[in-house]
Parts: sequence; structure tokens; C-alpha cells
Amino acid sequence: MGVMTINNRKVEFTDEQNVLTVIRNAGIDIPTFCYHSELSTHGACRLCVVEDDKGKVFASCSERPRDGMVIFTNTRKLRHHRRMIIELLLAAHCRDCTTCSPNGICELQKLAKRLGVQEVRFDNYKETVPLDFSSPSVVRDPNKCILCGDCVRMCHEVQGVGILGFAQRGSKLQITTPFNRDLGATDCVGCGQCRIVCPTGALTVKRNVDEVWAALEDPNTRVVAQIAPAVRVAVGEYFGLPDGANALGQLVAAMRDMGFDAVYDTDLGADLTVIEESAELVERLTSGENLPLFTSCCPAWVKFCETRYPEFRKHISTCRSPQQMFGAVIKEEARLKAEEDGRKTVMVSVMPCTAKKAEISRPEHFTDGEQDVDFVLTTSEIAEMIKTTGLDLKNVTPEALDMPFGMSSGAGAIFGTTGGVTEAVLRYVTNSIKPEQMEEIKFSGVRGNDAVKEATVNLGGREVKIAIVHGLANAAALLEKMKAGEKVYDFVEVMTCRHGCVNGGGQPAPTQDNPQIKLARQKGLYNYDSGSQIKVSSQNPIALSLYDGILKDKVHKLLHNGH
Amino acid sequence: MLEKEYYDKTDEIIAAHGRTQADLIPIIQEIQEAYRYLPPELLTYVAKELSIPESQAYSVATFYENFSFEPKGKFLIKVCDGTACHVRKSIPILETLYKELGLSKDKQTTDDMLFTLETVSCLGACGLAPVLTVNDKVYPAMTPEKAIEMINELRGA
Repeated sequence: MGVMTINNRKVEFTDEQNVLTVIRNAGIDIPTFCYHSELSTHGACRLCVVEDDKGKVFASCSERPRDGMVIFTNTRKLRHHRRMIIELLLAAHCRDCTTCSPNGICELQKLAKRLGVQEVRFDNYKETVPLDFSSPSVVRDPNKCILCGDCVRMCHEVQGVGILGFAQRGSKLQITTPFNRDLGATDCVGCGQCRIVCPTGALTVKRNVDEVWAALEDPNTRVVAQIAPAVRVAVGEYFGLPDGANALGQLVAAMRDMGFDAVYDTDLGADLTVIEESAELVERLTSGENLPLFTSCCPAWVKFCETRYPEFRKHISTCRSPQQMFGAVIKEEARLKAEEDGRKTVMVSVMPCTAKKAEISRPEHFTDGEQDVDFVLTTSEIAEMIKTTGLDLKNVTPEALDMPFGMSSGAGAIFGTTGGVTEAVLRYVTNSIKPEQMEEIKFSGVRGNDAVKEATVNLGGREVKIAIVHGLANAAALLEKMKAGEKVYDFVEVMTCRHGCVNGGGQPAPTQDNPQIKLARQKGLYNYDSGSQIKVSSQNPIALSLYDGILKDKVHKLLHNGH
Repeated sequence: MLEKEYYDKTDEIIAAHGRTQADLIPIIQEIQEAYRYLPPELLTYVAKELSIPESQAYSVATFYENFSFEPKGKFLIKVCDGTACHVRKSIPILETLYKELGLSKDKQTTDDMLFTLETVSCLGACGLAPVLTVNDKVYPAMTPEKAIEMINELRGA
């Protein structure tokens, strides 16, 4: 508690952790590269420097607010420092801005403009190193790295994966993997959170845009798309739609315009997942074997568990993820119909996720030798494709999804947020169709963004203990407690990214000015659910009809893995 | 994968130190002392045993010049090129040694694994300039001629 003077203005503060937060709360957007409220304070970029009344310059991110402090954020000295920092960073930076993937949203570019850096007086002596394309999810371009360390802290602190790290020192300092291994050869789970915090083009989404354009243009293919829940509440950000607005209708219209033959909803896959996973939960509760049941929707979590906690492998649900269930169903249908016109079906999924790009090529996701999902486009890639066509989602008239696979429930839609899978499963297993039953589940502890949420639900006279965790570091901590016997559960939902898929690695990177955007996306999904006609997966007529049709005698083959 | 003896030895070293983060440096120092370099496989192994992310262990091992992932020769020659040694003509000594051993800045170890030649920024013995060390032995007031003599002695040793 106290009052400080910022630029001759009295500003009150309460429990802010650092001066930087006080300044930002006062409406001054002080520039930073290495400061993220959810990561530890690094203090490396020095852009957040302020000057006090005695002329002392210090970094506001690593200084505690004190009562009576007098600081200035925009003095001659500070402007000089900041410009010099940017100029030096640019001097050692690959400056091919026009062909760089984050062109236009790059923080370095933006700050160079904002701070008025007009020229770079120094030559670049940094050796050019090759790009790393080995990961199916993320591309690493060390030539564009400014060593802010955001990715390193994200990878260690939030995700507990710890693949990226600093190596060497001084002018040779670099961010790399252990022994400079290719990213694809490490335990990297492909979550893409490093790319979300990277302020430059050093870490970017592995693009599959050109392969999809080629498929769309090929007269011998029928290109079918599925759109994941979290995409619809984020893609609008690229076109100036309000935060968290549902742009599914506009997206469908734009994709049809691009040449997609059918546009469906991954939510239907999610409904199938709910039905299958619920059955599996009931089965395991009855037999008492392999409890708790872990969710399997998140491929980054599955890889994390396989590589770091193999002892929990058998606890993971045998259900395929909604993306893979959907892909398997669509491809099976195509095989049965054998396409009157002889065209080959190409399945493209539009996902908020970079790990989904790796999931599609896992060996279990081929049916009869054919890949169930051919390409994954992230939200950022589909936005790029729409922009290429010249359409603007703001002005596009919304269109409905194609039938029958565009029919889905609100339960499927909330798969995109932490707690959503659990909520959807609970609605199904407790057969909660009435609004008051649904309210009860909503307030049982499944919503919100606490690191670990716990809920207990009565299921046929048995108390079922549930945990919901997001962020792999949180998940690892929970697994350790379970190993030590401190925690016992029956069902555990794990999502790799904090807040769930709404904050996935393929989503628009939250800019410095709007770090809370993920909450708006989350709200968007809950609104979508509230507005949907069907709210329980068991009420989705298409999902149910599949069991008498395509899925007849093939439930295991198409919807499950042999985990 | 290295042979089993390497891992057994590493287990011994870890047991002698402990398994906290702070034990990392003493452990890898001792491994390096045992093998005259730090085999990358053992760094990975130690990181796992100490529950430190491999990237962090790699970060530490590359931060310090002292750690080497490349096997070093039986005799590690460090020629001091600090200010005092430099002005008292350490460079001609270094060049003579490079020539004599067929080495260069980019190739520091002889093929017979007998000699490794490095420069250091200061050995803290400026009074003895120009100075060099072989393993832990100090050779003060060196000249190119004395350096060749030293190499011949070491070859015979």
C-alpha cells in the first residue's frame, strides 16, 4: 500500500509485485521483451527502465514499489537507452522483415517503430545458422533470437518440459536444445507455448498452408475440414472482431469460398469422445483397474506422460482425441461411399494447437494404411489463408456448417477450455438434461483457472474424485503427489496449455497490450455453450446415429487406441 | 551409450556428493577429472539422476570454459596470454608449439591423444611471465626453445 509519483502524477498502489505493474496499471504501456506476468522476472531486456528523482536509472520489472517513490518513464536519458537497446538488438538480428512470418505482429518491429529507431549504425557480425525444421509443430530460427529467455522460462516454469535453455555465454550466448539437438529429436511436446511468448520470429508455427492450397486446387481431391472449438472464439482477433466473439459462421463462409468441399465441426468428435470416455470411466470404476482415468484429448500431454511418466501410461484413456475420432469417421465414410466421382478425400483440421500437427502422424492414427487426418492448420494459418483470399471476416455473411457432421453439442464446444472435458463428461454420465442439473455441475468446481481444481461427484452411490489440471508443470506436480500417495483420484483431466486450448500454441499470440485475451476466449466458449440447443453429448442425434451406421462393429477400430 | 563402467563410476561420484542442484558442478568436475573430458552422455545421465532438466545442465556445462565435451590429450598445455605474458612474448611460444605439434586454434588435440594445447587469459602468475602449465605443473619464464625441449621431454616420458 502506498502512493508513488509517476511522471509528476500521484499513483496509488496496493500489492503489486513490481514498479512495472504499477506503471502499466496507471495506463502507461512501458515497453518490455522479457517481462510476462505469468513467468518469473528475468530483467534481461532493460527496456522497462525508469529514472528516479535523483537521476538513477533502474529496471522497473525487478524493483518493488515503495511509498513515496518518484519516477519518470519518459526522459531524454531513457529514450536514449531504449533506442540504443533496440538498435543493438537489430544490429545482430536477421532483418528480413518482409518475408518473416510474424511480420506485422513482431514485438521487436513494433518497438523499433514505437521508439523511433530510424537507423542501425552497426554491422552484424553474427554468424548465420541454419533453421531447425525438424519438429512438426514449431520452427526455430536462431538468427532471429534476441535472447529474452521468454521461451526458456515458459518451457521450464509453466510447462515443466525444459527443452529450451541457454548455452554458452557472453557474445556466444544462445538459446538452444541440449547439445544443439534438432527439436524434433528431443522430448519437446510441441505445445507451441514458446512461440506464443516469443517476441520475434525465432519460434514460429510450422506452416502447412501451401500443402492445403495444393489440395484445394487439386481437382482429384475432396477437401473436408473440421474446426476445433477454440478456433471460433479466437480467429476473429485477426480481423478486428471483439475479443472472444464467436466467428464460426464467418469462418465457415470464408472456407467455403476458399474451396473446401465440406466444413464440419470437431465438436462432434468431442461428443463421441464424451460418450466413449464416459463409458471407459464407468468401466474402470466398476473394475477398479487403472484408476484414475486420465484424459487423452491433448496430444502434448500424452507425449509428456509417455516420455516423462511412463508409469502412468496405462491410466491414459484409450479414446482417441476428438480430432482423430472425427478424422477416422470421415475417412471411413469416404471409403464406404468410395466417392462416386472417384475423388480422394483429404481431411484438414483447423486447430488452436501446434501439437495436433504431430498427433496426426502417430502410427496409431492410420486406418488401413490411410492417414486419418492429412493436415492441421492452426488458427494463425487459417487467418493467413483468409487474408490471402482478400476476405475480411468482419464483412462476411455467416453460413451454417455442413450437415450431417456439423451437428454438435455445447458440451463438445467447451472442450476448448480447462475443465470443459470434465464438465461435458459429467453432464453425460449423470444424464443431466435439466438446466438446474447443469447449473449444479457448473458450480461443482470444474470452472475457473486455478492450477488444480478438484470436484467430487456422486455417481450411482459412489463418490467420484476428480482433478482438473492445466499447464504441464502443474500436471507434473500433481503426478508427483499421486506417486507419493498424497492424492487419490478417479478421473483427471489434463490440458497442456494454461487455460486450455483457448490459449493453445496455434492461437493468435496475446500481445503485450492484451494479456487477458484468453479469458475472453474462454467466456466466448461458455457463451457458445449457453446458446447451443443441445448441451449434452447423448442428445446429439448425429453422434448417436453414427453408432448404428459407420461405427457399427468398428467403435474400437475407429475411436480407440491400443494404449 | 558408453560402456557400463562409465556409468558405474558416475554413480560412485554422485553417491559421494549428493543429488541436489548444487551438486551438479562438483560432480561434473570430478567426471572430467577422471576422463580428462566430460562425456556428453554422462552429463545427460547426471542431469537425469539429479532431476535437473538436461537443458539446464547443458547450460551450466557450456557456460564454463573449463568443461569440455571433447576428449583431451594426456598432457594439457595451457599457454598464458594474459597482459603480462603477452607483452613478454607468449605468442611466439604458442606459435612454436602449434607448429611443433601440428595444431591450430581449431584443432587443439593431437591425433595420438598425447597433447592438447589451449590458451588461457591469465594464470595469476604474472611474476613468472611468460608462463605455461602442463596438467598441474607450472613452467615459468618460457621461451620457444624451452618449449620445444619440454615437448621432447614429455614425449619421452
